[in-house]
Order: sequence, then structure tokens, then C-alpha cells
Amino acid sequence: MTRLEKCLTGIAGFDEMTNGGVPRGRPTIVCGGPGCGKTMFALEFLVRGATEFNEPGVLMTFEETSEEMTKNVVSLGFDLKGLAAKRKLALDYVRIEPSEIQETGEYDLEGLFIRLQHAVESVGAKRVVLDTMEAIFSGFSNTGLLRAEIRRLFRWLKDHGLTTVVTAEKGEGTLTRYGLEEYVSDCVIFLDHRVTDQISTRRMRVVKYRGSSHSADEVPFLIDERGFSVLPSSSMRLDHEVSNARVSSGVKDLDGMLEGKGFYRGSSILVSGTAGSGKSSLAAHFALQTCRDGERCLYVAFEESAAQAMRNMRSIGVDLEKQVRKGLLRFEAWRPTQSGLEMHLLQIHKLVEQHNPATVIIDPLTSLMVGSTHQLHSMLMRLIDFLKMKQITGFFTALTSGRNKEIEETDVGISSLIDTWIFARDVELNGERNRCIHVLKSRGMANSNQVREFLMSKEGIRLLPVYVGSGKVLTGSARATQEARERAESLLREQTTEEQQRVLAGKRKALEAEIAALRSQFAQEEARVTLVERQEQQRERELSQGVLEVVSLRGGARERKTGGKNGKMGVAHES
Amino acid sequence: MRARAGVRSKKSSVNGNGRYVELRLYVAGQSPKSLAALANLKKFCAEHLDGQYELHVIDLVKTPQLAQNDQILAIPTLVRKLPVPMRKIIGDLSDSSRVLVGLDLRDKEGAE
Repeated sequence: MTRLEKCLTGIAGFDEMTNGGVPRGRPTIVCGGPGCGKTMFALEFLVRGATEFNEPGVLMTFEETSEEMTKNVVSLGFDLKGLAAKRKLALDYVRIEPSEIQETGEYDLEGLFIRLQHAVESVGAKRVVLDTMEAIFSGFSNTGLLRAEIRRLFRWLKDHGLTTVVTAEKGEGTLTRYGLEEYVSDCVIFLDHRVTDQISTRRMRVVKYRGSSHSADEVPFLIDERGFSVLPSSSMRLDHEVSNARVSSGVKDLDGMLEGKGFYRGSSILVSGTAGSGKSSLAAHFALQTCRDGERCLYVAFEESAAQAMRNMRSIGVDLEKQVRKGLLRFEAWRPTQSGLEMHLLQIHKLVEQHNPATVIIDPLTSLMVGSTHQLHSMLMRLIDFLKMKQITGFFTALTSGRNKEIEETDVGISSLIDTWIFARDVELNGERNRCIHVLKSRGMANSNQVREFLMSKEGIRLLPVYVGSGKVLTGSARATQEARERAESLLREQTTEEQQRVLAGKRKALEAEIAALRSQFAQEEARVTLVERQEQQRERELSQGVLEVVSLRGGARERKTGGKNGKMGVAHES
Repeated sequence: MRARAGVRSKKSSVNGNGRYVELRLYVAGQSPKSLAALANLKKFCAEHLDGQYELHVIDLVKTPQLAQNDQILAIPTLVRKLPVPMRKIIGDLSDSSRVLVGLDLRDKEGAE
């Protein structure tokens, strides 16, 4: 069995969504309410076929004249007249005026077939568009016959191998008012245009695609000055190629926190922080770095005009204007309230396709939070998938409202999609606010766990190690004063020690002198005592001499003893 | 195929309504409906128009480019080009009274 052959429509995003376009050689129904864009879809299918795929086409309109149609699409850059003149397009307006027509007897719609065939043959058409062919139901009363003829028409188109797009008006509770989908069993596409919260969004759904897998999801699309574009759906699988190449963040100190090499190419980076925490400055540095590396960068700003942002960035030494002039940087700024979320992302998709950048910066991402969180999540997933597929480094900033807890909550929806998450915040201390930055996570690298102080100057951004000591983390002037205070204290300590040593030395000297004095005093005393002792002994000797003399004179032993006692007492008195 | 079934004649002819009628019959080859329409039309003209008409039979199989000008979808289609405004009758013209209404000729006839 051969696979269903597909025919590229050339409509941005649609061919990806359907894995190759509409079924070749078969009719496809595009249905929806008024103004949903079905005619645009059909026309772009034709024009792209004629201009890009060398497949001439036939446009058969039932409601608008060829002139009206031509005028309507000039704004999209489609030149129907010119294509018709080059025989790449045949236009046929089928006017149905019920009041002119009287029915009598049997008839068929052979005339329509003949006209179609003639048109097809005149340009060698491969593609056919029948724009709201249901209008024929208003012109003829025999609906049974009409249905048979429509069935025959689709058969005829298939037999001739014509890839056809048939537009049809949405019915009450049915896809098409006249049930055309009964006849076209191959591919049915439903377009929808709705307004939610005053913001209009267009969505597309492939209701049916026989013989082909397709996503049944509603996918947003956009019609703008370049025509139709469909936002490609997110891929189901996580199988994008990864790069080991690293790209510098443009801030040397930040690279230092990321193993000294910066981000991985093709990764998604989120810088979240409070107002004025330096997110945009980091973004600008990264943009400049990308351009300096000779690569292209797309910068999408939602808060500042291009001119204002560039002026502001110049004040921190980042000259983005030069890169814009060189054509490396594309700076786009628009109001987030301008359109719905899908439209923003579609716009980004289109810009990426046009500019082909290596880096996409969205500043800030939080401006896109106009819908529900779930919506944002799925849209971001699409965007990030899209960028990863293309190996584009995505750099996003997110504004958070202040308290730590809230920050985590706000970003939790997208954090899982982010590879490197940098957290910038203000620290308020001693009457000043200082910027601090740390890397919350960075997949696939040993990132620094430190909080750094973020300084902006004319020379750009510097990340300083914060003061860590005394169990405190200090920044700004507090850090400076603390450091100064420490210096002063240590000086003081040194001085004190010297002084004390001097004092001690003095004391020692004094003490030594005192000791010497005492010693000499002691020596004198000793000398005196010795002298006294000697005198005493002398006296005692003389005394005993005297006693002996007395004894010898008187001749008694008892008196001699008493005399000795008196003599001793005499010595004690002396000392 | 261009068949001239009648010839131009003056207004004061035997034709009852006194008007000149220009008709075009669009057919597709020799299909039964086409043949039936042509036969019915010839009979009708003979009965009601009394020679004061001009009839062109256009076979779209041979000249498909002519279908666009008169906005032909159904086959067979009879177009009254003159008198203005243009009128169209689709079908095999089997009901001559409806053809008469369709060509808007009956009122005049009835008035005379």
C-alpha cells in the first residue's frame, strides 16, 4: 500500500502541523464561521502553489467577484491579477442570482464542470479552490440534485488529481451548513475566531485527516501582512539535539559562576527578579556578546521602546545600536496588551524564521502572562521546544513581585522548562538596596552556589563576592563599612599588643631594679647581722672570760651556770 | 454550433407581443437533456414566438469559454438576452407554460 501523498500548502506552520500539508489530489474542506479566515487559507494555498511550488491553480469564487477578491488580498501581497496574466492562476467568478433563474424540467450542473475543466486546462492547474461553493444551494431548488452533483464534482476533482480546498460556512451544530463534510472524507479543517477577554484569537483544528496521523488539538494561527501562519504545536517527544558548545553570557563574572564557560548553546535561560534587579542589563550583555561572536540575536522587548532600551543600555557601556546597524541584532518592541498570547508567540516565531538568530531574548516573559497560567505554560513549552529544535539559545527575563515565596510560586510553572535559572534580587539593608544574584540551577554543569553582589557601572556589570563573616552576608556600603571596620580593628589590635609589650618591658625593668635594691638592702642587713653576731660572740667570750675569772677567783660551779643564762639574755636584748 | 432558427423581422409583424426576442440555449454535447431542451425550445418558439426571435445554440463542450459570460452553471440553460433584463430558464423546457413565465412573455400576450 502506498502512503498517502501530501501536498505542501506553503502556509507557515500548517505543513509542519500536518506533516506535509493537505492530501494531494484530493479535496480538503476548510470550514468555520464568518471571518474565520477560510478564504485566506484557501487563497494562500493557491498563491503559494503558483509562486513557490510551480503548481498553477484555479480560483472559483461563488460569493465575491474576481475583482473584489483581487483587491482583498493585495494587502497580503498576493497579486492575483499578475498571476492570472502569467497564466499561473485562472480566476472564475460564479455568480448565482436566484431571482433570474426559472426552473423547468430536468437539468444538471454540467456547466459548472465545463467551466472548471476549462479553467483547469487553461493554466494546467494542479490546485483548485472553490470558495464557498455552498452558495449554489441558494440558486437551485432541487437539493437532491445538488447533492448528487456535488458528490460528482468531488469525484471529478479526485479523478483529475486536483488538490482542492473547498471552503464552507459553519452550520448550527454541524461543521458545515450543508453537510459538505459528508462528501469530503479525506481532510476537514475547522477554523475558529473567538474573543476572550477582549483579545481575539484564531484557532485551527484538524477535525479529520484520513490516512494520516494528526494532532487533534486546537492550534492558534495568525493572519497578518504576510498571510496565514499557524503556530506549530509542541513536539510530543523530547528529542531535540543537544549541544555541548558553550556561549558566554557577556558578563565575565557570571561565566565564572557557570564553570567559567557560560551557558550551553541551545539551552533556555531564565533570569527572574524584582523590578530593577538588573535583568534587562544581563539580557543586553548577552545580546551584545552574541553579536560580538558574530551571530545574530533577536531581542523582543515588551516594556521599553527600542530607542529607549538602547539609550539605557548605553549608560552601562553596552552599545546595541552598532549591532543593529550591522544587522546582527534585531530589536523588536511592542506592547504586550496588543494581542493575545498566541499572537505574541506567533510573532516571535515569524521573527525567528526571518532573522534566523542564534539567541532569542524575551524581556520580560512575564508580560505575556495575559491568559491563564496553564495557557502560558503550554505556549512557553511550544516556544522553548521550537527554539531548542533550532538550537537557539533562549534568554528570558521574568519579573517577580518581591517576596521569596511568591517568586517561587510565580515561576514554578515554567521552571521545569528552564535549563539555567538565575535569580536576581534586591537586598535592603541600612537604607540602601543592593542587587544580588545567584544561580538557582543550571542543568549539566557545576554552577556556583554563591550569592554575588551585582554592580552596574559605565564599564558594564561586575559580580562581586559578597561579605561573608560574623555569620552575616553583607552587601553594598554595609559590606564596605564592615570591611573598613575590620581593618581598623585589626590595626588597633596590633597597636595594643606593641604597647602592652612596651609596658611589660618597662615593668620588668622596674621589677629588676627593685629586686636589685632589695638584694643590696638584704646584703647590708646580712652584713650588719653578722657584725652584731660577731660582737656578741666577742662579748660573750669576754663575759665568759670574766665569769671564769670570777669563778676562778671564787671557785664555784653553780654560779657559773646562772651567769651563763644571764649572758644569753643579754644577747637577745641586743638584737 | 450556432443555429439560426429564425430570422429578424420588423416589429409590426405577426408576432402577438410585438417584441423581438434573442435567445441563447446552452447545451453540453448531445446529452439527452440537451437534445430534449432543444426540441422543446423549437416547438415553443414555433408556437409562441412566431418567427420574431433569434436563437443561438451554444455547445459548451466545444466552446467552454462562453460559459463564463452568461454565468452558466446548469445545463441546459436558456438565456433571454433581449429584451433586457436578462432572464434564465434552466432545465429541459418540458413545461411550456413555465417557459413562458420564465421568458416573461405571457403577460404581454395575455393583454392583447
